Amino acid sequence: MQGDLSRLRNFVWPHQDDPKERLLLDPIPQEEMNQIMLRPMMKAGPGYWLTVALLALVVAGALFGYWFYMIRWGMGVAGIRRPVGWGVFIATFVFWIGISHSGTFVSAILRVFNAEYRRPITRAAELMTSFSLLAGAIFPVLHLGRPWTVYYMLPIPNQRLLWDNFQSPLSWDLLAITTYLLSSTIYVYLPMIPDLAMARDRTKGWRHVLYKLTSLGWRGLEYEWHYLHKTINIFAFAIIPIMFSVHTIVSWDFAMAKQIGWRSSIFGPYFVVGAIFSGVSAVIAVLLVVRKTMNLQYFLRKEHFEALAKLVLIFSFSWAYFFFNDYLIEWYGGEWVGHQLLTLQARGPIAPLWYGMIFFNIVVPWTTLWSKKVRQSPTALFFIALGIQVGMYLERYIIIPGFLQRQRLPFDWGEYNPQPVELSIAIGTLALFCLLYVLASRVIPLIPVWEVLEGQLSHSRRRIGKTVVTSIAELE
Amino acid sequence: MSETKTGHKWTMIVDLDRCTGCQACVVACHAENNVPTVGPEEVGMGRSRHWIRIERYWDGEYPDIRARFIPIMCQQCGHAPCEPVCPVFASYHSDTENLNVQVYNRCIGTRYCANNCPYSVRVYNWFDPYFPEPLEQQLNPDVTVRYRGIMEKCTFCIQRIKRAEDAAQAEGRLLHDGDVVPACVQACPTKVFTFGDRNDEHSEVAELARSRRGFHVLEDLGTDPSVVYLKGGESHAG
Repeated sequence: MQGDLSRLRNFVWPHQDDPKERLLLDPIPQEEMNQIMLRPMMKAGPGYWLTVALLALVVAGALFGYWFYMIRWGMGVAGIRRPVGWGVFIATFVFWIGISHSGTFVSAILRVFNAEYRRPITRAAELMTSFSLLAGAIFPVLHLGRPWTVYYMLPIPNQRLLWDNFQSPLSWDLLAITTYLLSSTIYVYLPMIPDLAMARDRTKGWRHVLYKLTSLGWRGLEYEWHYLHKTINIFAFAIIPIMFSVHTIVSWDFAMAKQIGWRSSIFGPYFVVGAIFSGVSAVIAVLLVVRKTMNLQYFLRKEHFEALAKLVLIFSFSWAYFFFNDYLIEWYGGEWVGHQLLTLQARGPIAPLWYGMIFFNIVVPWTTLWSKKVRQSPTALFFIALGIQVGMYLERYIIIPGFLQRQRLPFDWGEYNPQPVELSIAIGTLALFCLLYVLASRVIPLIPVWEVLEGQLSHSRRRIGKTVVTSIAELE
Repeated sequence: MSETKTGHKWTMIVDLDRCTGCQACVVACHAENNVPTVGPEEVGMGRSRHWIRIERYWDGEYPDIRARFIPIMCQQCGHAPCEPVCPVFASYHSDTENLNVQVYNRCIGTRYCANNCPYSVRVYNWFDPYFPEPLEQQLNPDVTVRYRGIMEKCTFCIQRIKRAEDAAQAEGRLLHDGDVVPACVQACPTKVFTFGDRNDEHSEVAELARSRRGFHVLEDLGTDPSVVYLKGGESHAG
């Protein structure tokens, strides 16, 4: 009888999520938490080095090898042709810039809205931002016919009076991407300082030197915390408009042009939503790998993935809304070339890609992610998230080289077939992203331990009458 | 001492009634402007390098069918879509000649201008140029040979415009109508093309441009082209 009563007292309404899981309200000693994070960082087995070697090989061969080959012989080794001036390179560029929205969205937006479950996942997501920007920023250089003249695009005063054309969306691109890369790198670094100091106090050798330098003499004094919180807060607010502007500007590369199918006033928000959609699902895929390989099950729980999966579902809805809008207006407008584009997608050579995009971006998320069981299953989520990457890549591919195949003068139409050089270079940047992430996983604490601790300290479970509620102490 | 008249509006009139699709203009352009030939494989990929091309459209249904030809070259737009998108001013507007000029040495090869050209007339150097013997013996010294990675297009034979201007200035006179003859105009056996300065009220092009048969290709885009086509016969081609 007594046992039954105590069970009743601990009863939680079944439809409520258990905050214990989402907010990590089962604290363990701080030192143990630090060690959970540090232990896998120190450990690099043969499997790890094999992965690094393999990825480095792919980066050297598929990316840089083919790039030099292309520089040596000319752009002609790629499949692009008249009228398709941009192909796999620019599609992959937009894909990576899209992935880079993962970190900022998960970290900054959830931070300013005080979504507490974000705490363990922010750092890993922010790192994705920086690395995918690096992977993406290769393409604007790589796709140039004369990449050695890339500095013509920089506004550097020179004796030949060359200056860049600030009317060109490509100049805006350059400014937007460099701004985003710099600010997101600072934004990932700032919250890392206390964790670097934590690592500094617990390591020896080269790591100690590295962490000593990078933690900037952090001592954990009150005023340091005060300034850190303040700076992070400013950055979190400031980086959100940058994030929105970056993908809007990338979309303007197309929307500002005369090409039919590109000339759309909805492209800005359409691209931003698509970017966040692919970015958040990329966070799921990467975090699942990190959790598995680095044994971070304490920090990353299935409830976190469930919360992210809900975001993915919402963004799948939003993306579908924009997609439908863009499509319907083209169709209803009834312009002859626009009609040819829609025929190309529905029945033409790119039809399999178009149906694939709809399958991965709409059909799969909508039929699976409504179920809590699926949202909490790591394997299912991993494959759904990867599918969304494929779907979003196809979207970019259809919009860029796909649409360019149809012009207003039918004599100029042309089919585009990607060549091995283009595909290898695209795969090479994927390897570059993975390589950077794998290397960083052994140097940078992927979980912001202090933020998790802060969350645990500010939340507690109180019993009021017969219910258990989570109480939150306001920070600052 | 008279100055060379500035502020030209170089204009090409293309009379579609006269075009037989013989491609003599294409060959003349290749020879004049050092445009290399690329071979059947590359042309099959859509990488033909013609600065002027004859687009062929079929009019009607078999057996009552006829071919219509439209020579398409750079339209030298007044509001050119290729100009604002170039990040380095390689594609820009010459105010004195009212032409779109391409500065080869500035071009970094983004291909944005080509994507944005509704007429798809911009030609990219996919590889280094190759002139099989004996073609390398006939390169025009007035025109640069372009190397891989840059964009090029019809210039209205700007080297001939400059030569005519220099000659007129040396003789201390204004340019006469008919002083400038681009290669395609010179080569055309049926006199499809008429070239001249539209700002000169009495020029032949100014008169022809006022023709009721006159139209611009893709006029609705508002690109304000400098090439005026004269409608052919009963057809509404173009």
